[in-house]
Amino acid sequence: MLSVQNLSITFTMYDRGLAQKQLTAITQLDLDVQAGEVVAVVGASGSGKSLLAHAILGILPDNAQVSGQMRFKGEPLTPNRSRDLRGKSIALIPQSIGYLDPLMQVGRQVERTAKLGGLPRPAARTAVDRTFDRYGLGSIVKRLYPFQLSGGMARRVLVSTAVVSPVELVIADEPTPGLHPDVVTETLNHLRELASEGKGVILITHDIEAALQIADRVAVFYAGTTIEIAHAQDFPNGKIRHPYTIALWRSLPQNDFIPVPGSQPSPDALPDGCLFSDRCPWVTPNAASIALRFYRFVALQ
Amino acid sequence: MLIGEQLAFRYGRQAFVLQDIDLAIAPGEVVGLSAPSGFGKTTLGKLLAGYLMPTRGRILVDDRPLPPQGYCPVQLIFQNPELAVNPRWRIRKILAEKQMPDRTLLEALGVHSGWLDRYPHELSGGELQRIAVARVLNPATRYLIADEMTAMLDANTQALIWRMVLDYARSQNLGLVVISHEAALIGRVCDRSIDLMRLGAR
Repeated sequence: MLSVQNLSITFTMYDRGLAQKQLTAITQLDLDVQAGEVVAVVGASGSGKSLLAHAILGILPDNAQVSGQMRFKGEPLTPNRSRDLRGKSIALIPQSIGYLDPLMQVGRQVERTAKLGGLPRPAARTAVDRTFDRYGLGSIVKRLYPFQLSGGMARRVLVSTAVVSPVELVIADEPTPGLHPDVVTETLNHLRELASEGKGVILITHDIEAALQIADRVAVFYAGTTIEIAHAQDFPNGKIRHPYTIALWRSLPQNDFIPVPGSQPSPDALPDGCLFSDRCPWVTPNAASIALRFYRFVALQ
Repeated sequence: MLIGEQLAFRYGRQAFVLQDIDLAIAPGEVVGLSAPSGFGKTTLGKLLAGYLMPTRGRILVDDRPLPPQGYCPVQLIFQNPELAVNPRWRIRKILAEKQMPDRTLLEALGVHSGWLDRYPHELSGGELQRIAVARVLNPATRYLIADEMTAMLDANTQALIWRMVLDYARSQNLGLVVISHEAALIGRVCDRSIDLMRLGAR
C-alpha cells in the first residue's frame, strides 16, 4: 500500500547571520506497509519518526528538501498528491487534544473533518454519529469542548477524526504515553481493528511494549534511518539482530533494565561508519567502514 | 523523613481532589505511587514539592515545614522537561541554577559538553530530561518526586536515567517517590509502593 525507499530529508537553516547550513535529519530511510497490517515505527526522540509521518502527509516546512521514492498504491506520492490524499485516503491520529480547536465542540470538529474528506453535510453528520457510536461516545459528547474530555474519551475522539472518512492508511503518532494501561490497551485495540478491516496502520511510538501488543512488523529507527525491520514475534523469540534493537529490548524494566551508555548522535555529528558504533557493546574495527554506515537488517515477509 | 499529614486538597470550592492522605518517606527509600488517572497522583507530587499548598494538613521534611522561599529540599521532575526549564536560558545556565553538577555526574547521564551552549528547543526530549535530572542531583535535594519522569522516553534512555538516579539516591541517601502508570517500572525500581486508591483518596 505504502512504500518508502531511500528517503532523505535535508533542512536548509540559517547558521550565523545570513550564512546557511544544511542539516540532513533523515538519510536513506525505508519502510513499507501492506493493507491489513500494523507496522510500528519505534525509536528514540530525534530518530526521524515524526518527520517520516510529515513527509508522507506532505506537511514538511518549506525549508525541507526531500529525496528518494515514496509510493502510495503504486503511484508516486508527490507533495501535490499528498495534499489531495490527506484526510481522504491517508489520515493522521494526532498525539494529543492540543491538535483540536479548543473553542469548537468536538462533534462539529469531527463533522468538519468528514466534510473536508469529501462528504456532503447530511452524509457527514451520519458518519459522525456512526463513528461516535462505534467508539461508545454518547451523543452528549458531541457537544463537549476538548478540555472537558477525559484522557480515554479524548483518545476516542482523536481516532474518530481519522476514521470518519473512508481512509486507507492511518498514521498514529505517539498515541499512548502517560495514559492508564486500560486506555492504552483500548487505543491499541482500535488501531488493530482498523487493520483487520483492511486498512494499513503505521504506529509511531517510543514505547516498544505498546508496539509489540498489536504490530505485525516493527521498524526500528536510529539517528534518522531504518536499522532493522523485524516481525513482532522476533522480539520475545530472541530473533532480533541489530545491536541497538537488542539494547532496546534488554533495557525494558521487565527484561534486564540494562541500558547502553551514551546518546543517539545528532544529525550534524554522525559517526563515519556504523551509526551505532560509538555506543555498541559489540563494536569491531570494521564498524568504522563507510559501507556499514546505513547497514540494516530486514526480515523476510 | 518526608511526611505528609492528613493532606487534603481542592481547587477553590470544588470537590476534593485528595483527602485524608498520610504518608512517610524515609531517606534512601524508593516508594512507588500508583492509581488510575484522575486520582490525584500528580496533585500529591505537587503538594509534596511545594508547588501547591494543601487545603488541610501539613508537609514536614525532617520535622520542619517546607521553606517558603529559596531552594526546596523536595524537588519534582515532570514528564515534559520542555515545560520545566526557562526557554530563554542556555543549558549551562539551567544546569547551574542551584550549583553546576560535577563532570562525572554529567558524563554518567550522557550529557555532551556540546549541549551546554544550546537552548532547550535545540535538544530532543530525552536529552533535555537528562538536563532536568542533572540539575536537581545536588546536596541540597533530600527528596525527589519523579512524576512520569521517563514516560516520554525510549526504553534505553529510560533505563539509563533510572540507573543513574537510583545510584545517586543510594549513595546520597536520597528519598525517591516514583509516580508511574507502568507497573513493570515500579516493580523494578521501588522498595515498596502506595496505591492512592486504597489510601482514602476518594
